[in-house]
Amino acid sequence: MVELPVARPSVGAAGKTGNWRLFKPSIDYRKCIKCLLCWMYCPDGVISLSGKGLPVIDYEYCKGCGICAEECPVKAIEMVKEVEG
Amino acid sequence: MREFLTGNYAAAYGVKLSRVEVVSAYPITPQTSVIEKISEFVEKGELKAKLIRVESEHSAMAAVIGAAFSGARAYTATSAQGLLYMYEMIWWAAGSRLPVVAGIVTRAIAPPWSIWTDHSDFMTLRDAGWAMLFASSAQEVLDMTIQAFKLAKELMLPVAVGWDAFITSHTAEPVEVPPQEQVDYFLGEKKKSPAAVDFENPFAHGALAFPKDYPKFREDIHRTLKAAGEVYSNIERRYYEATGRERYGLVEEVFCEDADAVMFIMGAAAGDAIHAAGELRRKGLHVGVARIRSIRPFPRNEVEKIARRASKVIVFDRSYSLGFGGVLATEVRSVLHEEGVDTPVISVTGGLGGSDLSPEYFEKIFLKGLGV
Repeated sequence: MVELPVARPSVGAAGKTGNWRLFKPSIDYRKCIKCLLCWMYCPDGVISLSGKGLPVIDYEYCKGCGICAEECPVKAIEMVKEVEG
Repeated sequence: MREFLTGNYAAAYGVKLSRVEVVSAYPITPQTSVIEKISEFVEKGELKAKLIRVESEHSAMAAVIGAAFSGARAYTATSAQGLLYMYEMIWWAAGSRLPVVAGIVTRAIAPPWSIWTDHSDFMTLRDAGWAMLFASSAQEVLDMTIQAFKLAKELMLPVAVGWDAFITSHTAEPVEVPPQEQVDYFLGEKKKSPAAVDFENPFAHGALAFPKDYPKFREDIHRTLKAAGEVYSNIERRYYEATGRERYGLVEEVFCEDADAVMFIMGAAAGDAIHAAGELRRKGLHVGVARIRSIRPFPRNEVEKIARRASKVIVFDRSYSLGFGGVLATEVRSVLHEEGVDTPVISVTGGLGGSDLSPEYFEKIFLKGLGV
């Protein structure tokens, strides 16, 4: 049997990729309309839903790509520069 | 059923009979009429395939890679610059272990521009992990195309079928087209490739391999291709049992049994070489022709056996490794050295950019080889 050069889904196969982040998405829950577009668009699957149906970002693995902020229709996500150090 | 077909149309018939499901198309002379004929089959409803018109050859190979990932039987064809443009995806197809089949209608590489045959384009596939078969007649193009789908499936690797521009691609010959039910029987039930996407067990392809993991994937492909000679021989036997078509092996031997000088050659020009050998035999000279039908797997055992019997080996190349010499000659020399065969090897390169080859030309090479 040939071993295929593929990766099976696993958490954190490339390490704590949150360290890669330069800008951090910050959700303003007062503006959030629970449309879940950010949850759907997140390419790394690091947005999960709270019991109340609100998006929650896992900052251990969020790379800060900013796609969620770009897609949010009510501008509830702001990209904030990470503090150095 | 006997049809009057060009090599390119024979390829299209092979694709139709193999019930290919996805074909990507980007035109380049001399390959164009392969896809034109397939597109005609699709339009008429004779082949139920998705024909994807793409914007480049890079996309043409990417499209069949995607199709193969979905489990579809996929085909494309190209030549020269087109093959070079899809070169990155060529390696992706092999590395991902996808059973795609590509027709390579060999054409010299530019600059200067040429639309005529030589094998430099085909030979660029040599190190990429593809199986590489080469036909020398329209009949063989059809048979090899069908066999290629089975070979690709069994090796879990892409397969290229090459044939010469114009001499084979645009010259019509009588071709025995096997009935659909015989080809269906030969190819068997379509099974999903293990490399195809499985929604129950998802995976990401194109992942990063760290240095400790990378080599084993290369070794896997190497091992598979090294052992592929036997796989191909079995496939040829099964094809013979299903259709009654001829069997040649990885090397077709003509007059080799008692030959003093044997010429290794690949492609359409083998016909001229065989004609020349026949003429010289009439004059009492013992010469033979060994027509190479597969570059990967390389027919090591056959080459060794043939060369051991002969007192002189001539290798005729229709491609160059520029600054070094004939590609085929290098491979033959390497095998003979490894196997301890000391028969002298003469390397001759010719027919580049479609420059004319004739029986008289090959007679001269044989005479030179024999020292007459």
